[in-house]
Amino acid sequence: MDLNALINDPNFLPWLIPVGPLLAFLIITLLTNRSKLIPATSEEYGGHHPDYDGMSVPVVTTRSRIVSITVGLSGIIAAWLISWQVVARATSLAHLGEEVFHSAVVWMNTGVSTFNMGVLVDPLTVPLLFMVPFACLMIFIYSIGYMAHDPRQSRFFSLIALFAGAMLTLVVADNLLLLFVGWEIMGLCSFMLIGFWFEKPSAYKAAIKAFTTTRVADVIMLLGIAYLYASTGTLSFREIMYNPAPGAEIVAVEGGSEAIVSEAEGEEGAIVEGEHEGEEGEEGYSSVHAETLAERLANTPALLIPGMSAASLIGIFLIIGTIGKSAQFPLHVWLPDAMEGPTPVSAMIHAAAMVSAGVYAVIRMYPLFAAGGDPHHGIFTPPLLVMAVVGAFTAIFAATIAVTQNDVKKVLAYSTISQLGFMVAALGIGGFVAAAFHLITHAFFKALLFMASGAVIHGMEHGEHHVHAHGHDEAEEHSHDSHGATVVTSHAHDAHDAHDEHGHAHDDHGHEEHAPHFDPQDMRNMGGLRKTMPVTFITFLIGGLSLAGFPLITAGFWSKDEILAEAWAGTTHGYGPHALVFVLLAIAAFLTAFYTMRQIGMTFWGEARTEEAKHANLGRGIVSFTMTLPLVLLSFFAITAGFIGVPSDFPLFGAIFSPEYNAFHHLVGAALIAESPAVPFNIFPVLVSFAVALGGIGLGYLMYWRKPLQAGEVDPLVSILGPVYPVLQNKYYFDELYTALFVKPSQWFAKNVAYEFIDRGVIDGFLHLLARVFTWIGDFLKVMNLWLIDGVGDGIPELMAKSGISFRRLQSGRVQTYMLLLAIAALVIALVFALSTGVLQAAP
Amino acid sequence: MVPLWMYLLVAAAMFSIGVYGVLARRNAVAILMSVELMLSAVNINLIAFWRYMAPENMAGQAFAAFVFVVAAAEAAVGLAIIISIYRSRRSVVVEDVNLLKG
Repeated sequence: MDLNALINDPNFLPWLIPVGPLLAFLIITLLTNRSKLIPATSEEYGGHHPDYDGMSVPVVTTRSRIVSITVGLSGIIAAWLISWQVVARATSLAHLGEEVFHSAVVWMNTGVSTFNMGVLVDPLTVPLLFMVPFACLMIFIYSIGYMAHDPRQSRFFSLIALFAGAMLTLVVADNLLLLFVGWEIMGLCSFMLIGFWFEKPSAYKAAIKAFTTTRVADVIMLLGIAYLYASTGTLSFREIMYNPAPGAEIVAVEGGSEAIVSEAEGEEGAIVEGEHEGEEGEEGYSSVHAETLAERLANTPALLIPGMSAASLIGIFLIIGTIGKSAQFPLHVWLPDAMEGPTPVSAMIHAAAMVSAGVYAVIRMYPLFAAGGDPHHGIFTPPLLVMAVVGAFTAIFAATIAVTQNDVKKVLAYSTISQLGFMVAALGIGGFVAAAFHLITHAFFKALLFMASGAVIHGMEHGEHHVHAHGHDEAEEHSHDSHGATVVTSHAHDAHDAHDEHGHAHDDHGHEEHAPHFDPQDMRNMGGLRKTMPVTFITFLIGGLSLAGFPLITAGFWSKDEILAEAWAGTTHGYGPHALVFVLLAIAAFLTAFYTMRQIGMTFWGEARTEEAKHANLGRGIVSFTMTLPLVLLSFFAITAGFIGVPSDFPLFGAIFSPEYNAFHHLVGAALIAESPAVPFNIFPVLVSFAVALGGIGLGYLMYWRKPLQAGEVDPLVSILGPVYPVLQNKYYFDELYTALFVKPSQWFAKNVAYEFIDRGVIDGFLHLLARVFTWIGDFLKVMNLWLIDGVGDGIPELMAKSGISFRRLQSGRVQTYMLLLAIAALVIALVFALSTGVLQAAP
Repeated sequence: MVPLWMYLLVAAAMFSIGVYGVLARRNAVAILMSVELMLSAVNINLIAFWRYMAPENMAGQAFAAFVFVVAAAEAAVGLAIIISIYRSRRSVVVEDVNLLKG
């Protein structure tokens, strides 16, 4: 096909979206990972780990740094441009929901059926294609500054490019298997990136924790996928959920005229390369409803479990995958620990990619979950109920933990869990549009918040070097016992002279080694940062207000309001799950606003509580530029992303931003056949939104802004919450619980059963037995060898020697003896001859 | 006419004396003479068989003539060797000529 036409073909374009980052990953991994060995004590290594004293460590060369940045950035920029091109084309279509961009190739021919792999851009994909590449690009730019002095920088870029590529693959996938492939690659990348600073035990432990926790969920999800494939024979989203099932009768649902249409029309969705689907689907989708595979599954009883439909069981399996990936209760424990990774990774995991993937997968498969039920009319299927309960509980559960955390990134981590709970709960009550909306806005402001907090940490470390470099000679002497501090200190010396920007070690590398324990992530050590880091402060404030749902002007308000409106609409009809979700989410939203204000207050407001905070800044130059630019760009979207989803009947704002219809709702809502009706405007949930946001912000203001925390002062929450505080502070002891429930037993099992009994006892025993048998056989063979083979081997030459000795007497050397023998022999021969021929007798 | 078996008897006797001489005598010259005796016995046999069995065929006489020539050459070479041995070792006893014995 003509290349130009191919590139202009919107069905083909989505193929190219993940290519850029994946190619960048390959190139960086294969070509630009060149390292040089330097002593671990060298400044260039940046004080990684005291254990490496006296060793040589690989540090990536400057050229590899530059090439890896260039390649990685090019890859993601390519993906971004193509994605936005696709988004632009998709949004310009009037009926994207019916005329999706879709193309697939045969991937595997199983004999009876073919398995197609392809890309699909439908109304659900579009918002993610808008958000994901852009957020990834921001993260890449941010990483340039943030990772500028990391000894393994090119590895970082290759992994994060793979991560972005996997996420984009997941977004454009047209079937569950390809989605799962991207899902798992992300799991791997997150493992490697969380444990990126594997010198730190806490980092590799966190990596293992994240990997195993999500693995538990993924295995169950794979089970769901297998079940789905086994019962439908396909994993394509559209084939399962939108196209009529093969052989289905098309029945009119909205007073349509004809009842039965021929089967042929049902096949129109069969996938051929580059086909525009649904050309004749207009009436098929809007007025006539044919049974889809998902609905057929809803009428099929599940295996083993009585009283449950196959669709529900599959749905629950898939949801468990989401619970793992999107860190919902009870599999949420990995996400806060994932903060051990570099901050751009946190932004990647918590905003642009991984955790969104879980929610996205559910939105993708939503018709399957809802099949057989209708949450808008109070009929809940088991998967929806699970989601509503788990989501709402997680939202409030994580929010309460976030209130008491002192680590700037941990607050955000729990806030992420909580916000994901909002989305999952919204899905549970049928508000998949609201969930998608919140997914997008949350991605923008949470990426912003993470990167801003990374900037804060960076700035704090900068201040720390400053403090170490000036004055405290004794402190410096004191810290000489640890390698990390030594390097950092000496490093900071000339760094300060030579314009600051060289002066960073890594944000949390080795801070544990510092003799006077100083945690640059602890908000109690901060305060007053607004003075030295104004850009970070303003962007953080914007992101924070958006997270808190500050009314009317922030993106977070609109998306959260939509979820609450959805929940309230159901509550007015008296549906229990809706009411539960509404109440819990309202409280969670209040807590969200409160802890956000607490965080900003403790970090930026008031006076500096430590010397380090007084000197915290990002310095000047390329590092600070690349770190602040994404903040500014993202804060734009943290405000404006909400305006695409303003309900059109919202007073004033509806008229401004959605004069005709709610743009986001119109776009995404069209994705499904059973169009989710826009919730009519109701003043009550809006008032609640106002009240909880402003109430939380106000309370936070009163407690942390009007009377900022002083140095050495204890958090006022400690006395207010009393005995509850340590419970929240320790995250309801879930880590301890899981350690006692799962980790310890599995360690016990590993040690006593697997190691002592199975490995040492059974396997080793068997092997030892085998070894003994073989030794015995060997001994037997050895004896045989000595006795039989050597006997023969030695006997023959011995015989020869002996016969030689006896025969050599004949060899006297006397010719006459020989002659005598010869004569005797001749005589004997003659005699024999004569006797045998009878000559002798014949003689006369 | 003298019958054939008488010739053969003479020849056999001469051959046996020759064999005995070769085996029993220690003097190399005597051994050589014994060999000549055996050759002469063979010649008698040849001539006798020729005369009695196939007188029309010249092969018997020719063969005998060849044997004479070979015997003469052999005696010449043998005597020369014996003389040279005698010169170096002052003895013609065969037991003394054991230089090549292993």
